[in-house]
Amino acid sequence: MIECKNIKKTYINGEAETQALKGVTFTIKDGEFVAIMGPSGSGKSTLMHILGALDTPTGGQYFLDGEDVSKLTDDELADIRGNKIGFVFQSFNLLPRSEVIRNVILPLVYLKVPPEEREKRAKEALASAGLEENRWHHLSNQLSGGQIQRVAIARALVNDPSLIMADEPTGNLDTRTGEIVLKTFQDLNKKEGHTIILITHELDVAEHADRIIHIRDGLIVSDEINKNKRIVN
Amino acid sequence: MTINDILKETSSGLLSNKVRTGLTMLGIVIGIASVIAMLGIGNGATNSIQARIESIGANLVVISPGAPSTPGSQVRASRGSANTLTMADVAALESGITSAKAVAPSVTSRLQVVAGGMNTNTSIIGTTPAYTDIRDVKIDSGTFFSEDQVTQLARVAVLGPTTRDDLFGTGVDTIGQSIRINGNIFTVIGITVAKGGSGGNSTDDVVYIPITVAQQFFTGNQYVSSINISAQTSDLVTDVQNQATDILLARHNITDPTKADFSTMNQSDMLATASSITGTMTALLAAIAGISLLVGGIGIMNMMLTTVTERTREIGLRKAVGAKKRDIRVQFLTESVMLTAIGGIIGIIFGIGIAWVITLTGLLTAQVSVMSVILSFGVSAIIGIIFGYYPAARASDLNPIDALRYE
Ligand SMILES: Nc1ncnc2c1ncn2[C@@H]1O[C@H](COP(=O)(O)OP(=O)(O)O)[C@@H](O)[C@H]1O
Ligand SMILES: [Mg+2]
Repeated sequence: MIECKNIKKTYINGEAETQALKGVTFTIKDGEFVAIMGPSGSGKSTLMHILGALDTPTGGQYFLDGEDVSKLTDDELADIRGNKIGFVFQSFNLLPRSEVIRNVILPLVYLKVPPEEREKRAKEALASAGLEENRWHHLSNQLSGGQIQRVAIARALVNDPSLIMADEPTGNLDTRTGEIVLKTFQDLNKKEGHTIILITHELDVAEHADRIIHIRDGLIVSDEINKNKRIVN
Repeated sequence: MTINDILKETSSGLLSNKVRTGLTMLGIVIGIASVIAMLGIGNGATNSIQARIESIGANLVVISPGAPSTPGSQVRASRGSANTLTMADVAALESGITSAKAVAPSVTSRLQVVAGGMNTNTSIIGTTPAYTDIRDVKIDSGTFFSEDQVTQLARVAVLGPTTRDDLFGTGVDTIGQSIRINGNIFTVIGITVAKGGSGGNSTDDVVYIPITVAQQFFTGNQYVSSINISAQTSDLVTDVQNQATDILLARHNITDPTKADFSTMNQSDMLATASSITGTMTALLAAIAGISLLVGGIGIMNMMLTTVTERTREIGLRKAVGAKKRDIRVQFLTESVMLTAIGGIIGIIFGIGIAWVITLTGLLTAQVSVMSVILSFGVSAIIGIIFGYYPAARASDLNPIDALRYE
């Protein structure tokens, strides 16, 4: 459960102040699949960093599962990320020169999960993310773009998070591969009940979610149920 | 993170750029190897000098011309080069010291010796027969020269075995043969027993001749360059020193003992002087080697800083999936410690190898102590911590968002 109350973020670089978020309020319930959509520079990534506990807002409050995350220290934020959040980035998702399975295990290493249990959980996550089993021991730089995103999804799943955040996850993929990745998110949401926040500037992509929040210039311009949901087969 | 995790991350980090890792490690390898080798050489030199001094006997007192060192000073200006001790002083000591067993003066020079077609440059010791007793010189074949031969200025010579080998070849009977020292002909009357010892200072590479002859032909004066006295027992060494000092002060009309124009030394004095000199030498060698270790450490820091910059995005990713500052710091610190520890082990092996090769050349026996091995391993690990700390701290302080955005 995510509650944002009047979230503001102002970047100060010497003289220049940028108001990236000017007061954003919304709630996302467990099991929702939400797209946050807006043009470039509208504040999407800034919002995702705050929702993902990578950064704290300069104003307002953010509750994740009832806990106020707005004013935590760096290490406390790291704890939140490790326990409750899974990330899929647009690019550079994986450690190069490391095996796929090692990449998926990484969050469990920092969570101090016992070594015996790690591999089992990583394999379950890779299966859920739909990566073929014969790729699990490949090095991450031997994979295609679509396969990389599936590994990234598996890594995001492995700590059994309250929330999976994906920032332009299809930005570097061709349309067909992008569709496959988006279908993976839909399956995870529908079959396994994961809460997913998908960040994108493309309507085509956003329409794979159940709800679309439009933002522009750091403010929400609309927040509604997606009536044209695209189902990938 | 378990130890196993840390080691896995570290080794993959170090193996990702093998050439750079190798070159950086080389700095530590060279540093540690030279520290080990230098300390080994220093130890070896110290031990061989001490063995030489101990071999001359605990009962020996040596009087040298020139002022004694002032307390605390290691510099003995002009000792041995001043002309203050005469044959008359020797005679006075012989009759005056009650606790002495024997007294023998000597003059030493380094000269060219020729026999047949062969020649060698060696030390010529002009002395008296008592010298054999005091310095434990034993005759292998022939005889040492007698008191009569000393008074008669007989041109006879006793050779050390090394000198004999150099001039005539190994094992040749040379008694009765002639040699030329600086153009003067001497008859060989004896060969001494080999004592061992190495280098240019060996007691086997020497020619003994009557002191009177040495003074006439080679120094051209009546002075002696040292007076060797053996005490009757080792307990009487100090007594011999005191009596000799009193006699010489009186003879030289010196009332203030601090202004003496000679100095007396016993074996423990010599050991103390030698060990302070070799100690300084060892420290100097180790310090020079230590500088190369420092340079190696700076190389580590340089590499780790480059690594941190190159892996900014990796650090961001690790933080995004839950790594805390401490996790990142430990990872990079372990990397630099692993680098220096492995470099240290290789350096120790190389250092022992260098010491071994030096020993093989016969110059001196380099002795690598277990202590120096443990010490240098510890030092290399500490270098890893010191020079790895700053880069590791920088890595752990990276803001995850900045790190993820980094291009
Ligand atoms: N670290 C930063 N310092 C200063 N300004 C920033 C920083 N990050 C983002 N901004 C600014 O904030 C605004 C929103 O950026 P961002 O959240 O990245 O937008 P989006 O992801 O929608 O393209 C932009 O004007 C951007 O220039
Ligand atoms: Mg963005």
